[in-house]
Amino acid sequence: MTDEKTIEVPDEMRAQVALTNMADLVKGNLLDKPYNWGRRNSIWPMMFGLACCAIEMIATAASRYDMARFGMEVMRPSPRQSDMLIVSGTVTKKMVPQIVRLYNQMPEPKYVVAMGACASGGGPFKEGYNVVAGIDKYIPVDVYISGCPPTPQALLNGFMKLQEKIDSQSINRERWYDKEDPIEALPVPVLGPDIMDPRDYAMITKQAKA
Amino acid sequence: MTEELVVTLSALETRFPDVVKKDERKGYEGFLVDTKNLVEVATVIRDELGYDYLSSVTGVDYLEEELLEVVYHFYRSTGGKSLVLSVQVPRKKAVVPSLYDLFISADFQEREAWDLYGIKFEGHPDLRRILMWEGFEGFPMRKDYQEAFFVEDQKPFANRWPEGKVFRSEDENQFGKNVQYPKGFDKPKKWDPEEEDLLYAGLQELGKKDSGDLATDHVVVNMGPQHPSTHGVFRMAVVLDGERIVALKPVMGYLHRNHEKIGERNTYLHNIPFTDRLDYLSSMVNNHGYVLAVEKLLGKKGAVPERAEYIRVIMSELTRVSNHLWAIGFLLNDLGAFFTPSLYAIEERELILDIFEATTGARMMNNYFRFGGVARDFPPGVLEKLNSIVFERLPRKVDELDVYLTDNEVVASRTKGVGVLSPEEAIAHGVGGPVLRASGVPYDVRRADPYSIYDRFDFDVAVRYHGDCYDRYIIRIDEIRQSLRILQQALKDIPEGPVLLKNPYNIRVPEGESYGRVEAPKGELGFYIVSDGTANPYRYHVRAPSFVNLTALEKMCVGQLVADAVVVLGSIDIVLGEVDR
Repeated sequence: MTDEKTIEVPDEMRAQVALTNMADLVKGNLLDKPYNWGRRNSIWPMMFGLACCAIEMIATAASRYDMARFGMEVMRPSPRQSDMLIVSGTVTKKMVPQIVRLYNQMPEPKYVVAMGACASGGGPFKEGYNVVAGIDKYIPVDVYISGCPPTPQALLNGFMKLQEKIDSQSINRERWYDKEDPIEALPVPVLGPDIMDPRDYAMITKQAKA
Repeated sequence: MTEELVVTLSALETRFPDVVKKDERKGYEGFLVDTKNLVEVATVIRDELGYDYLSSVTGVDYLEEELLEVVYHFYRSTGGKSLVLSVQVPRKKAVVPSLYDLFISADFQEREAWDLYGIKFEGHPDLRRILMWEGFEGFPMRKDYQEAFFVEDQKPFANRWPEGKVFRSEDENQFGKNVQYPKGFDKPKKWDPEEEDLLYAGLQELGKKDSGDLATDHVVVNMGPQHPSTHGVFRMAVVLDGERIVALKPVMGYLHRNHEKIGERNTYLHNIPFTDRLDYLSSMVNNHGYVLAVEKLLGKKGAVPERAEYIRVIMSELTRVSNHLWAIGFLLNDLGAFFTPSLYAIEERELILDIFEATTGARMMNNYFRFGGVARDFPPGVLEKLNSIVFERLPRKVDELDVYLTDNEVVASRTKGVGVLSPEEAIAHGVGGPVLRASGVPYDVRRADPYSIYDRFDFDVAVRYHGDCYDRYIIRIDEIRQSLRILQQALKDIPEGPVLLKNPYNIRVPEGESYGRVEAPKGELGFYIVSDGTANPYRYHVRAPSFVNLTALEKMCVGQLVADAVVVLGSIDIVLGEVDR
């Protein structure tokens, strides 16, 4: 702690003020609290709807359920300005390259919410020939919300879970701003005879030879 | 066979002896035509018999007979029953002449049949895959195509029943995903995607025709699939000359979730919740269309009690009101009035959703209709609430919307004269619903070919005559008013009684084909079902209004400014769940 004598703190403010220096602040995770408090209350979702769930997402943004209470009303059409990707609906093979691209374009720290049964695991359409059985096969997911579609209440509950997750994070542990070892972009799937994940290329070649 | 069809048959028989044959299969109502006579017969049907509205084109795979069949449903734009033509071709050499030159409405539907069944339409100007991507292996709707997660041909799958043990398809697949590759495919790194090339080549061709005296460069702009104004994952590839559109191609399939393939594996009852997810803004009407098609096949077994018919009409009309409110709100969104008008619309929609939630247990995916009735009656208190909404609140709120928007200068200047579609073009493009009626064609399935108990109600078919975006907006206000009229009559007359006589878990549907159609909020929604007498539909096809309405998008947009394309799209009111299915 810094020497209290150098900075005058009036008596009546002593209960509210703590004096420290930057190094201690970071090391002692003291910065996390205000930083996370700011982040959790201003999560900007991407204006991105896939299917039925998007309608409930819009209903959540409207006046009755009012996402603005959580600081999430600022829907951004551009991935560059958004913190949260709500995968709201069935992910198809034709759409998944675009979703991965959008995810790659989002700045860190970024979060993905899989809204509803389809985005979480394929849902009722899982067996379809053009359906991806869950977006987590291609991008990492932070919160899964059940329901088909989830009610606005369930969606809000999912957002609160995400806020809890944000609360528990610390800039000491996360790699968002790591300049030496930056997080690499995810490989974008390619539409071939079926969808091809570049990470699976070796396996596809092996299967052909078998 | 109805009287109308007998007359048609005799007319066709005198005109084409030995060419047009009555379909003799059990339960089929159409006519069989040879491929080489198809265009000739279709011309006569259109020009001499007056069947000028080609509603549905679809393929059926008869695996055992080694045949692929294309089924056409024709209607008269003045109303009446359908005329069904079928063409059969061998599976190995499936080539059918295209009807594109006679009916532009065949455009997307023939492309869909090519995409999913591999039926080649000779003479189609742009036969590319439409729902899947170019390069996809196989024709997925063919009966011998098996998905990566294939378990069995028909549900319920034996391995999940009756013990109900946990079974994960991922564990069976070596990739752990829903993927499969053709045998010997070992060049993933060298794969050359070709879809875009074909698309852009076609666009360049279209763009060339339009260059004027001053040679200017054209720019290709892709709007979507992630775009705030495309109402979901829809994409328009637009060729621009300055700000003016010279060519436009819709690209879809980004939400193609295999409704039909899954529907053919499901039992009949299984399909009801799936229909909810077609046009997810008006799930009740989708239910209605589907149960109508099946009840047609069931005959007397599918008789619906009186009270259930009233409840069906009430629910369908409430759905129409809520859908149109949403459509108006989001049309204003597209005009640039971001979210505020929508908030007014959503407020009223929420009230209707409350009624749905109280009655069916779900806000959007209602799963409410059953074969021979509806799942359950209104709980106590709901009818009173409904009365107060229908008689007091909604009429007032619609007037309010009308006052705010109809004379609004910005709305008028952005929509009047934009995206004009003439009545002849509208019929040729096969558009339906508000888009058709805004072009001055008073065609409403509720009147033209009444189903359920719509013939008992006193209502007007709303028509507007300019065919521009403004009329397509204002006709929705008109339709809300007419729906409220129907609702008010239905709520006054609704009788007491049962809503469902018997709730069979697994019905057996007699053999045959049937096409059930309803006036969905977005247009004519048709379900084509072929039953082979088993517990699962042999063929299950959805004629989605949004999908066919999009055929006219290019026609409406060419010559307009690029900002107007957004408004035109908003005024068609598409839902991607239904476009891509």
